Amino acid sequence: MTVLMTPRRRGRNSQLSAGWGTYAVLGVVLLLSMFPLYWTLVAASHDTGDISRTPPVLVPGSRLLDNLRAVFTRTDMRLALTNSLVVSTLVTISVVFTSTLAGFAFAKLRFRGKGALLGVVVATMMVPPQLGIIPLYIMMANWLHWAGHLQALVAPAAVSAFGVFFMRQYLATALPTELLEAGRLDGCSTWRLYWHVVLPVARPAAAVLGMLTFMATWNDFFWPLVAMTQQNPTVQVALSALQGGYVRDYSLVLCGALVSTLPILVVFALMGRQILGGIMQGAVKG
Amino acid sequence: MAVMTRPRPAAAHAALPVRRYRLDTKGAPYAFVAPFFVVFGVFGLFPLVYTGYVSLTGWRADTPGSESAFVGWRNYVALWHDPFFWNAVKNTIGIGLISTVPQLLLALGVAHLLNYKLRGRTLIRMGVLLPNVTSVAAVTIIFVQLFGRDYGMVNWLLGLVGVDHVDWQAGTWTSWIAISVIVTWRWTGYNALIYLAGMQAIPFELYESAALDGASRWRQFRTITVPMLRPTILFTVIVSTIGSLQLFGEPLLFNTSQTPTTGGSQHQFQTLALYTYDQFWQKFKYGYGAAISWAMFGIIALFVAVNLVAARRMRGVDAS
Repeated sequence: MTVLMTPRRRGRNSQLSAGWGTYAVLGVVLLLSMFPLYWTLVAASHDTGDISRTPPVLVPGSRLLDNLRAVFTRTDMRLALTNSLVVSTLVTISVVFTSTLAGFAFAKLRFRGKGALLGVVVATMMVPPQLGIIPLYIMMANWLHWAGHLQALVAPAAVSAFGVFFMRQYLATALPTELLEAGRLDGCSTWRLYWHVVLPVARPAAAVLGMLTFMATWNDFFWPLVAMTQQNPTVQVALSALQGGYVRDYSLVLCGALVSTLPILVVFALMGRQILGGIMQGAVKG
Repeated sequence: MAVMTRPRPAAAHAALPVRRYRLDTKGAPYAFVAPFFVVFGVFGLFPLVYTGYVSLTGWRADTPGSESAFVGWRNYVALWHDPFFWNAVKNTIGIGLISTVPQLLLALGVAHLLNYKLRGRTLIRMGVLLPNVTSVAAVTIIFVQLFGRDYGMVNWLLGLVGVDHVDWQAGTWTSWIAISVIVTWRWTGYNALIYLAGMQAIPFELYESAALDGASRWRQFRTITVPMLRPTILFTVIVSTIGSLQLFGEPLLFNTSQTPTTGGSQHQFQTLALYTYDQFWQKFKYGYGAAISWAMFGIIALFVAVNLVAARRMRGVDAS
């Protein structure tokens, strides 16, 4: 993690200690950031009657387990969680693998047309994927007959222009050229160089890319809503069905929102430091 | 490729390894970038281009044989005269403005505070980023409850200061404000971290010499921090613009009626992406939906161009 996380001791205020005013304002910001999620936990642990009271309840209740049981028995949440886990895992593995491969080629290998191809990668980052959604659906539904199946979600997300660019930027500085030359002298093929030299060096950045990809895939909404069905939903699609249902049991709906968010919160708690580093590092370079 | 690995005795089979080595160094780079370009070409580029073709047809999913009905520019002419399209353009730009501008200003302020030497720095930053890792669907569902008419927390708080219950979904401005709050909540912290990264790259000497010249803190912020952050600000403005013009999940799920794609009883918060979805998914109009998609692409490109020109102008003004 050293290269990604090197603290930069420059900048205006990093020398100045914060006063109580700064802490106070940041405290309010943090409170606003966390309150909606805290309140979700509160609502998910009461029954609907309780959360419709005035003044509103503000401390967690005792019905969390009952609500959880209801979410898993009365909705497709179990299937949805499994689907999202499968899709997000496959997409993450694929994106990390293909991005590291292409990022290595763009950072360290010589080949004709490299500059132009890298330009294409950067340009595609700017194109909103939403615009091709109708033909993509036509492809999946009419031609490949993948609509409603998980491969309809995995295939289009299997590569990422951002990922290629991210890994290229990282490997260009983190991978010593001498290391590659030494490998060549030992008779390594390019593939073997990738496997034994590049991948170990790329690991910290690959972990960050993997976490970002996993969270983005887990949270993706528009395309899964189009491509999947209520019989075979992802977590986000199941959530939207819960919200649009005829029977309104708000504590159940919010319990669903809680269940769908928990895996991401766990990932964030474990890898938050690295994710922060990835976002801030990407900002300086991008 | 994977087979050719161990170094061989050079003398014995010199010719073969050399040829393989050439093939490897020439071919491997292309093989390594190929997966990206193949998958992107099939599932990214092709649909985008094909949207252009579909938009010139009268393709409807409920009318067999209509996929080859070439209608020329008729979809675009219809679009030009479609009041719902212009309504969606108005809503998208309106919601985009009141969600992007306050959000970026707030982010700048938060970044300024985060840039002080803080105890528990990493935890504070993670807390600020927390809203951004939650999903649009979950967040919108949560905020729908907070903005509820009868029992919502927001109306309860407003009631404490004597404001009557607001029906947030019903009005144009109220629905725009509520949706903007959702967007702002999710993205302010992310942008603050981007600004923070930019601020930390500004050389400290600039501030030292300004302080020696007697410049106040506010003046330092205006004359050093903001100008030095300009590329970062431009980046966030463009990314937020592109994002806000594609707003979809928030307006869809904010609507708790049985016809969520309408964007409210008066279509008061139906955005362009939502209107595309409505035409394509609810009304089965593939051709017309594709035309809206292309129009959206044009609008996004226009806004990005305006951003870039404005950025150049501002730089010109500073220089003179």
